[in-house]
Amino acid sequence: MREISYRQAIQEALWEEMGRDPEMLIFGEDIGLYGGAYAITKGMQEEFGPERVRDTPISEAGTVGIAAGASVVGARSVVEIMYIDFITLAMDQIVNQVAKMRYMFGGKVEVPLVLRTQGGAGRSSAAQHSQSLERWFLGVPGLKVVMPATPYDAKGLLKTAIRDSNPVIFIEHKLLYNTKGQVPSEEYTIPLGQAEVKKEGADLTIISYSRMLLYALEAANKLKEYGIDAEVLDLRSLQPLDRETLVASVKKTRCALVVEEGCKTGGVGAEISAILTENCFRGLKSPVRRVAGEDVPIPCSPVLEKAAIPSVDQIVRAALNSQKYQKQI
Amino acid sequence: MDPKVEKELYSMMLLIRRFEEKVLEVFSFGKLAGRMFHVCIGQEAVPTGVCSVLKPDDYITSTHRGHGHFIAKNADLKRMMAELYGKATGYCKGKGGSMHIADIELGHLGANGIVGGSFGIATGAAYASAFRRDKRVTVCFFGEGAANQGIFHESLNMAGLWKLPIVYVCENNFYALSTPLERSSATETLAERAAAYDMPGQVVDGMDVAAVRKAALEAVNRARAGEGPTLLECQTYRFYGHSRGDGSVYRTKEEEEFWKARCPVKTFGERLVAEGKLSLQEMEELEKDIEERLAEACAFADESPYPSLDSLYEDVFVEGSGN
Ligand SMILES: Cc1ncc(C[n+]2csc(CCOP(=O)(O)OP(=O)(O)O)c2C)c(N)n1
Repeated sequence: MREISYRQAIQEALWEEMGRDPEMLIFGEDIGLYGGAYAITKGMQEEFGPERVRDTPISEAGTVGIAAGASVVGARSVVEIMYIDFITLAMDQIVNQVAKMRYMFGGKVEVPLVLRTQGGAGRSSAAQHSQSLERWFLGVPGLKVVMPATPYDAKGLLKTAIRDSNPVIFIEHKLLYNTKGQVPSEEYTIPLGQAEVKKEGADLTIISYSRMLLYALEAANKLKEYGIDAEVLDLRSLQPLDRETLVASVKKTRCALVVEEGCKTGGVGAEISAILTENCFRGLKSPVRRVAGEDVPIPCSPVLEKAAIPSVDQIVRAALNSQKYQKQI
Repeated sequence: MDPKVEKELYSMMLLIRRFEEKVLEVFSFGKLAGRMFHVCIGQEAVPTGVCSVLKPDDYITSTHRGHGHFIAKNADLKRMMAELYGKATGYCKGKGGSMHIADIELGHLGANGIVGGSFGIATGAAYASAFRRDKRVTVCFFGEGAANQGIFHESLNMAGLWKLPIVYVCENNFYALSTPLERSSATETLAERAAAYDMPGQVVDGMDVAAVRKAALEAVNRARAGEGPTLLECQTYRFYGHSRGDGSVYRTKEEEEFWKARCPVKTFGERLVAEGKLSLQEMEELEKDIEERLAEACAFADESPYPSLDSLYEDVFVEGSGN
């Protein structure tokens, strides 16, 4: 084990997989000499050449289409979409082509494509550079959606995503790149669709993923002061979703809180909450609660931006409310 | 050209230059909201020349590198600076910031954080003008990098097809972030793409404000006369990195020096002085006046309050509409 950053973990996964599969390609804007907007592909073009690490024009739709075409004929591809906000330009390719090809063609093709991108707020980058759009892809059968919170998961999950024969949307968080964590020096992969209990607890389950997982852990720590023993669950992959672990945890704690950065309406929390209601209704001691972003575009001004996304305090308060609710009954 | 106009062009370019320098300065003091500031230092001749031939109610759309466009469209510097500070008194109440500044009353339909995001908006404004026969012209500013988005082709095709009153002004600074034009465009110039959309396309010296103004005047007149769109490719250069923190490793020092020697503000100023149209004293007075205006703008922004938390929920929808 050594301590490396989330950024380094992603870099290692890409370098290792490029070395492993000589036909693998990477496409993206400014990923060559410049090394990418978040410096993920630094040095890769020099190492693997400009054909395998391809700088593209600002043409997200065309680039995703081209990478999909290359993948379908066997050249496993990764596309870096600089901000998830720009994935909108490629939505036809993703939703109508990539996601459905295999099914429409009766299982005749494989689309080993990874769309790597980063989302999230926190840098006053305003409405078109701060969104959390993962929710959109959950309703599109045929796509996998992975959102790691730690360096260890980022590396292991990205390697698996690249080796997967299905299209995967791999969403990083811009504020996680400099976070650090323990990562083995040896080769490892992590299967997609396995949630992880990050902290065991008895009183309630806080369910989260990506950057909000760090908030959830902090909140769990604070909750100790109130005598509340929270379990914290990292979903890691939203599609496939690890329903078993999710349901088992909530059956145990009988109380659940879902935390996500994106806005509340139509969010991931709505889906999780429905699953929990379907599966744990009788055991629940209080309604499943959601802490999520406000239903507004992300504003530029730092004071407003901060108020638009969840805070640790909000999570603590929601957890306390759930506990109070139980006592009232 | 009328010497009065020439002076105005010079003073506008100087204002944009000094504004951008002020932005970099106050940014370094941590005053601004966020870190995405794309200054247009080196490119001042393009917004200045183009907007100098527009009427107050003509429309423009802008880009992430848009401070110059807005200033040239007569933005109030105080409200503009306040927006960059993320303050409630800003043009967009602090919600938009540098990349999303807009003012419909000034005909400014918005900067954009999405490269290529305004082709459709601009073309639609021109469509409405054609339909209403209101004689307004729309100018769509964009960087050469944006010309590789699908919507560039879709919009120019429709504008050419329907002969819309619009001028597409490409600010070709030869780099889209780190990517040079020759590695992103199959054609050597953007202007030659105009042929595909049945509109005139012209390469313009974007470091020469007089040349920009002349080309823009012809294109705007054509548009106003109902003769259809034009694509102007103004060749220019950004003297700084793409945004703060970009060390421009993808360009050579020689290339940068070559372009800096052609600085649009300096060369035009020197020309006016040499031709006896502007005295050194007038130049100094201009500098002083601009310095004062910018100091006032910053003071205003500084003293303005941040938006109230209630405002977070305002402006998502038009209240009371749809009932
Ligand atoms: C759809 C989209 N893709 C990528 C980006 C990231 N990005 C911002 S500016 C820029 C370069 C734009 O180049 P150009 O249009 O030539 O304008 P310039 O910056 O040179 O003024 C890129 C790639 C973006 N904002 N939007």
